[in-house]
Amino acid sequence: MAFNGNTLASLKRGQKGIIEAIDAADPQVQRLMVLGLVEGAEVEHASAAIGGDPIEFRLFGNGISLRQEHARFFKVSPVGAGD
Amino acid sequence: MTKPSETRIPTSQITVAKRKDATVAVVGNPNSGKSTLFNRLTGLKQRIGNYPGVTVERHVGFLRTDDRLVELVDLPGTHSLSAHSLEEKITVDVIFGRMEGTSEPDGILAVLDATNLYQGLFLVQQLVELELPTVVALTMTDAADRSGILVDTAELSAMLGVPVYPVVATTGTGLEMLRRALADIRELTPPRRVRIWPELMAAAEQLAEGSSETLRFAELERVLIDGPTEANATTIAKLGADAPARIEKARRELFGDDPPIARDARVRYTWVRDALHKVQKSAPAYASWRTRLTDFLNRPVPGTIGLFIVMAVVFQAVFAWATPLMDAIDGATAALAASVFESLGDSAFSSLIADGVIAGVGSVIIFLPQILILFLFIILLEDSGYLARAAYLMDRTMSSVGLSGQSIIPMISSFACAVPGIMATRVIPNRRDRIATILAAPFMTCSARLPVYALLIAAFVPATKVGILNLQGLVLFGLYLFGIVMGILTAFLMRKTSLRGPKPPFALMLPEFRRPNLQTVGIQLLGRAKVFLRRAGTVIFAVAVVIWALAYFPRSDEIQAGVNENTAAALQMEQSWLGRAGKVVEPVFAPLGWDWRVSSAVIASFPAREVVIAVLGTVYAVGDDADEGTLSTRLKSAKRPDGSPMFTLPMVVGLLIFYALCLQCVATLAIIRRETNTWRWPVFAWAYMTTLGYVGALLAFQLGTA
Repeated sequence: MAFNGNTLASLKRGQKGIIEAIDAADPQVQRLMVLGLVEGAEVEHASAAIGGDPIEFRLFGNGISLRQEHARFFKVSPVGAGD
Repeated sequence: MTKPSETRIPTSQITVAKRKDATVAVVGNPNSGKSTLFNRLTGLKQRIGNYPGVTVERHVGFLRTDDRLVELVDLPGTHSLSAHSLEEKITVDVIFGRMEGTSEPDGILAVLDATNLYQGLFLVQQLVELELPTVVALTMTDAADRSGILVDTAELSAMLGVPVYPVVATTGTGLEMLRRALADIRELTPPRRVRIWPELMAAAEQLAEGSSETLRFAELERVLIDGPTEANATTIAKLGADAPARIEKARRELFGDDPPIARDARVRYTWVRDALHKVQKSAPAYASWRTRLTDFLNRPVPGTIGLFIVMAVVFQAVFAWATPLMDAIDGATAALAASVFESLGDSAFSSLIADGVIAGVGSVIIFLPQILILFLFIILLEDSGYLARAAYLMDRTMSSVGLSGQSIIPMISSFACAVPGIMATRVIPNRRDRIATILAAPFMTCSARLPVYALLIAAFVPATKVGILNLQGLVLFGLYLFGIVMGILTAFLMRKTSLRGPKPPFALMLPEFRRPNLQTVGIQLLGRAKVFLRRAGTVIFAVAVVIWALAYFPRSDEIQAGVNENTAAALQMEQSWLGRAGKVVEPVFAPLGWDWRVSSAVIASFPAREVVIAVLGTVYAVGDDADEGTLSTRLKSAKRPDGSPMFTLPMVVGLLIFYALCLQCVATLAIIRRETNTWRWPVFAWAYMTTLGYVGALLAFQLGTA
């Protein structure tokens, strides 16, 4: 089940957010958690490919790209407004 | 080098095994500079093989100091010891000493990227729990400096309980200290346990109670987190008959309804965040050309345009730069063959040497220019961090047809030659995506199809104008497009049927741009060339000799008298095994409008499609006027027994379609076999593409003639 409202997928370019909750039932989402996308981590939307998918995020200074469909499993509280 | 199925150890490894003082497993995140460091530490003293039964490459090298010889095993990059992918399972199996043919490591070289301590410490913390002598190499310290990251190595070392050596692998800074530490690794005290998850430790101790076997904490931990997976089977067996029930109970108490992997990630990353506060200090970053370039290429439009420029350069280089080298190899083999006939005279032996052995070797090394040029680019793109970005930019387009962003380089490369293209698919982590890409690659119009297309188009397609375009060029373009469409269609159908499966999560790490180190680029390039020559080269060579024999035997003395040289060669071809085979299969190909001559030329070109030109040249050289005119005019004047032209437009279109679709390339089959480690996929690809080619040519001829 993906979240409604603020998720990683709804962050705007340049906007930061802190991960609040994760729907971790899907093994694919668990794999993303192993990469460091866990509750409490601060994530910034850095850019997106043409068409808005996949999205590149900055996680502790490093680039990580996710597809929209997976980004929706991460509920965030946005920090700032972005560009 | 042992084949995957062989357990025999070559003598060269036995002598080394006697002398080596320690085996060290090199473990780190992908892109942590692990392979660069490995190459710097071992230089050319390394071997590439395969782990038993799988396609994952096994890189082993040796580090020599004045008095010690240490074997380094470069393990596939991983983020965690939870074995999910094949590569991660291999890493874990080698670390726990469960990998057949690889000795249990005496120590660990943990590679930690100073610019990515967050993910790096997550793995290093798990490695420390192995309680093996461990040395941490802190890499990319120069890049960290630029980004304003200062790492307190003393604090880091105290926290982990292991020595930490900052290095810059590209320049060699700090390598000498690291080298000495690795030589003495057996004297190093193993790290003590970091108590980050007391509940897990208690559960592990409880689980091991009563077992007489020696069990490592890290192994028990894996059993509790990952559950009864195949990888943990040996550990569970050591725990006794009631182990599965006890494990189940312990996991329920520990995790409840939480997915264990998710909990593991939460607990460890919480520790990592605390650790980062202590060891990572920030300093002012200075914007370098790298950051500016990364920022610029991050924007969707410049990024995509940049990608197309890079692709165009790679394609151009593989296609155009390789041609003079390939022509030179071609010329050299022809000259060598001619000199053999000159010095040995015309005999079966000299023909075997010249047309069999020398031509066979030539048909192997002719691939080297393209392979080396393509891999030079791939290694440069990969080491600089651009390959990940290319995959990211192309992901949406490629995933809509069932491939992934990482498929783009193999597909583009296959326009030059499917062999390096298929070798390049190893950048694709997902197995299904990788095999779908391998099956699509041989449809791309490779440079061996081009001479066949060029000959048939020049001879039979009128050079008329269609608007401002030339019809011949249009047909050639159409054939390229046809290959792309059929390849993508194939990948799409495969992903919907036998390769059906969930879309992989596609979480790509996108590193900042780095300057590749030329020494390690050279070492990797040499490794690729060796792998090609050893694994594919032997098959290609053997088939070339077989085809020579089929065309040469049996001989007939009657032919020689009274006819010119070309006619003699044509008559010899007719009564050779190859010509006879052409006559036998003629009925099969008759519905396609082919006679025995075309049929035997097509049979001869199954190992390598460009051979068709040489064989057509020989079989259509009969008659008094054979010396006059080019091959294309000879083909134009070729007649059926009833006097009608042999090469009608529907027949030629059919022949073009056949060559566009058919997998007539033994090198490609050999490389598919090597890359998938089974005969299943090359056999399938060959049968599938041959059927498609036959049906395509049949439809073209029958519909066109009707």
